[in-house]
Amino acid sequence: MTELTTLPAAELAAKIHAREVTSVEVTRAHLDRIAAVDDHVHAFLHVDREGALAAAEAVDADLAAGKAPASPLAGVPLALKDVFTTKGIPTTCGSRTLEGWVPPYDATVTRTLREAGVVILGKTNMDEFAMGSSTENSAFGPTHNPWDHARIPGGSGGGSSASLAAFEAPLAIGTDTGGSIRQPGAVTGTVGVKPTYGGVSRYGLVAFSSSLDQGGPCARTVLDAAMLHEIIGGHDPMDSTSIDAPVPPVVAAAREGARDGLSGVRVGVVSEFRGEGYQPGVLRSFEAAVDQLRALGAEVVEVSCPHFTYALPAYYLIAPSEASSNLARFDAMRYGIRVSDDGTHSAEEVMSLTREAGFGPEVKRRIMLGTYALSSGYYDAYYGSAQKVRTLIIRDFDAAFEQVDVLVSPTTPTTAFKIGERVDDPLAMYLADLCTIPSDLAGNAALSVPCGLSDEDGLPVGLQVMAPALADDRLYKVAAAYEGARDAAAGGSLVHQVPELNGGAR
Amino acid sequence: MTAVAELMDYAEVVERFDPVLGLEVHVELSTATKMFCGCPNLFGGEPNTHVCPTCLGLPGALPVVNGSAVESAIRIGLALNCEIAPWCRFARKNYFYPDMPKNFQTSQYDEPIAFDGYLDVVLDDGEVVRIGIERAHMEEDTGKSLHVGGATGRIHGAEHSLLDYNRAGVPLIEIVTKPITGIGERAPEVARAYVTALRDLLRAMDVSDVRMDQGSLRCDANVSLMPRGATEFGTRTETKNVNSLRSVERAVRYEMTRHAAILADGGGIRQETRHFQEADGTTSAGRTKETAEDYRYFPEPDLVPIAPSPQWVEQLRGTLPELPWERRKRIQQEWNLTDEELRDLVNTGAADLVAATVDAGAEPGEARSWWVQYLTQQANTREVELAGLPITPAQVATVIGLVKQGELTNKLAREVVQGVLDGEGEPGEVIERRGLKVVSDDSALIAAVDEALAAQPDVVEKIRGGKVQAAGAIVGAVMKATKGQADAKRVRELIMERCR
Repeated sequence: MTELTTLPAAELAAKIHAREVTSVEVTRAHLDRIAAVDDHVHAFLHVDREGALAAAEAVDADLAAGKAPASPLAGVPLALKDVFTTKGIPTTCGSRTLEGWVPPYDATVTRTLREAGVVILGKTNMDEFAMGSSTENSAFGPTHNPWDHARIPGGSGGGSSASLAAFEAPLAIGTDTGGSIRQPGAVTGTVGVKPTYGGVSRYGLVAFSSSLDQGGPCARTVLDAAMLHEIIGGHDPMDSTSIDAPVPPVVAAAREGARDGLSGVRVGVVSEFRGEGYQPGVLRSFEAAVDQLRALGAEVVEVSCPHFTYALPAYYLIAPSEASSNLARFDAMRYGIRVSDDGTHSAEEVMSLTREAGFGPEVKRRIMLGTYALSSGYYDAYYGSAQKVRTLIIRDFDAAFEQVDVLVSPTTPTTAFKIGERVDDPLAMYLADLCTIPSDLAGNAALSVPCGLSDEDGLPVGLQVMAPALADDRLYKVAAAYEGARDAAAGGSLVHQVPELNGGAR
Repeated sequence: MTAVAELMDYAEVVERFDPVLGLEVHVELSTATKMFCGCPNLFGGEPNTHVCPTCLGLPGALPVVNGSAVESAIRIGLALNCEIAPWCRFARKNYFYPDMPKNFQTSQYDEPIAFDGYLDVVLDDGEVVRIGIERAHMEEDTGKSLHVGGATGRIHGAEHSLLDYNRAGVPLIEIVTKPITGIGERAPEVARAYVTALRDLLRAMDVSDVRMDQGSLRCDANVSLMPRGATEFGTRTETKNVNSLRSVERAVRYEMTRHAAILADGGGIRQETRHFQEADGTTSAGRTKETAEDYRYFPEPDLVPIAPSPQWVEQLRGTLPELPWERRKRIQQEWNLTDEELRDLVNTGAADLVAATVDAGAEPGEARSWWVQYLTQQANTREVELAGLPITPAQVATVIGLVKQGELTNKLAREVVQGVLDGEGEPGEVIERRGLKVVSDDSALIAAVDEALAAQPDVVEKIRGGKVQAAGAIVGAVMKATKGQADAKRVRELIMERCR
């Protein structure tokens, strides 16, 4: 591991733009790191070595020609969750169904990153079609948590967060439907942000649940996440649900929080997110974080959001319902794999056999759930009721945000569990997203920032900060203030305490 | 296939049963781009050339609503006297269909943009029937499949299927009537008159090219019968995609006679879709619909709701053209037509075309005679509807204008029109290409006249002797010599001058 793979993106960018180091050197250092450790981490499904070096060369050439950098992060490498389409680079969504599919078009996020001169290293592993909380549902094998290879890196964006914690990439992109950016961020000791719904384009993001899916930045520092947020955020006319408003000034907010602390900021602790079912060490880390916020000048109050209790069941009706419809297009006819097309099977049989072979158990489970929930006679009882619960959760948030500027909670009830531990118990698995789901249902903004290691198992714990829609800047202010104070007190950034992978072996 | 022997005589049908109709018309809008993406909305084209990730349903692609399609939908709703929803959404209709790339259709379900209207329809004898409009909603068209290797051209028995997604995502408006009752024996005629009226309306609004032969206007006809005096509707069948006005009428009539035979025999009607056979005017069974399909509708999460402001709706109301029935009322007065004359004009489908030709600058009399005579004859020869002829009222007006200016003779004018109908371009281009200019240069004509006179000295004698009508033979010879490009009136004048 060289210095180039441990620096924050902001510092790497500064060095590249000052031409102290080339983007090619930085990119090669990361590609080498991936080559050295990814056999053990399995954060990547596809590494685009040639494409990455070509993009890095282009950035270096522009800088050498005296051109201004295309963006504040131009030349910095990034790991892209395999749920975004990439022209010329395979996109599988962690599914056998899409094995070998090379999209003919770039997602808006992909295009934006390329235009910003951000170097795409490759595509990261994920739970199949973003369904899961552990990255064990990837058809291509699980990703391992760099903190403990026997443990999950969170899901569904486990590959993206693990690539950061393994120092394979300084930046990553994830998507959050029920917590898939924040939950992996929390259990890998990295930062993950779910922007306000509509804040980052969904065009080219292979849909799991359209009304919930939201792309967002993953990084090792709050400032890096903010810088990436400003690049990928903004209105996209190709996405009807994209918000036609400027990206909140998140970089300025992060700098302000780090500099000025939190005096005058009102923080609400969600009383529903503690107690039974929560790992004591997680709660202790969380309480310490709340004390830290107070020490930074924040006014902390207890806030009740009574309907958050129903968020999980509502989510498990809405998300599968939308998924059952979104995944209907995977019918073996136009892209992806096709099974038993030997002339002896009807089109229906080919479709059925392909789906049988192509989809994993969790995806099938959710398609069945969603199909059932939407079917005639059950719509009102299930989907309709879940939407009503969603409205009640939005009202809880609205009421809370009348009293406080942000809400905080642990990001996850427990630290990273062991690979295989919850595989046979889907309901236990679903609990991992207990704290993150309400923000997705409400469409507002939320973030997870590392808040220490649990004293029981020495694994990372995340502090979740939640803000109203379009107030993403508040997240960054609070998180950056907290991050600075925590790191100062601990004598360094948490993610640097990750055990040295040493070529991967442990 | 149902044999003709199993049908009931029509007179008996209407004596014993009351028909109930429900008509669903799909209209492809002629917007520049598709419903949810920027691909061109063009008929035909090399297969799969007007496509993008969105209309191909590729993973990750998203729809964005075409604003001009929404405008058309609202305008259509207003013209059909509908309420316009202040807030509505799209829904997903989930079902599998080989040429529907997402395997759900983005449509409107319980929240249509326009609802509860009516259309007044004039029958051949002038009777007006008010047809209630249940709703008009927006949706997207599917692609097209070509099933290869089977005997029927249907998917069953085919060796393989070819898919063309050029039409996938073309904006559609579906207009659904309320049940049409109390029309008795006139049901087939009412069905035809309704579709005709709707077609004329949509054409006048310039929202669709309403070509039934190309599928841009398609009608599904629901028919059921109930015993005379009953109030409860019978089981219906739905005859899909009937593609001409005449077929709408025939399909309704056929289904009535088929239902009646089954019911009179004590049988029951199966709720099913049926296909209409152009060749013999019969229908055959398609899918059975014993229970309603479960489409698992839910609000389309990829699209934001549509909330047309009252100001916008009023502004769109202001863009409605003079509607066909208003125009008919006006032209009847302006042209001083009797009810019967107007009806003839309407029944041949010529009224709006004539009016449009007049609007384009032609005399009403000239315009009428062109459409009702020569062009009607052309439509019959070519077996298309008058309005389906590939010539516009503006082009007809141009030709009429050229005749008036003496640039064309009537004979040449017909040839020009023929050229336009044959796809040779605008009248000017046809004239150019076929060299159809009137020879108005006297010196050229005089030479031809002198030659003809010299060839027939006996005729010259007759003319000089006062038999003026004998000049016709010379005129004919001159016309022949000039390939019809001479102005006959001028030729006659020259003959008289030379024989004086």
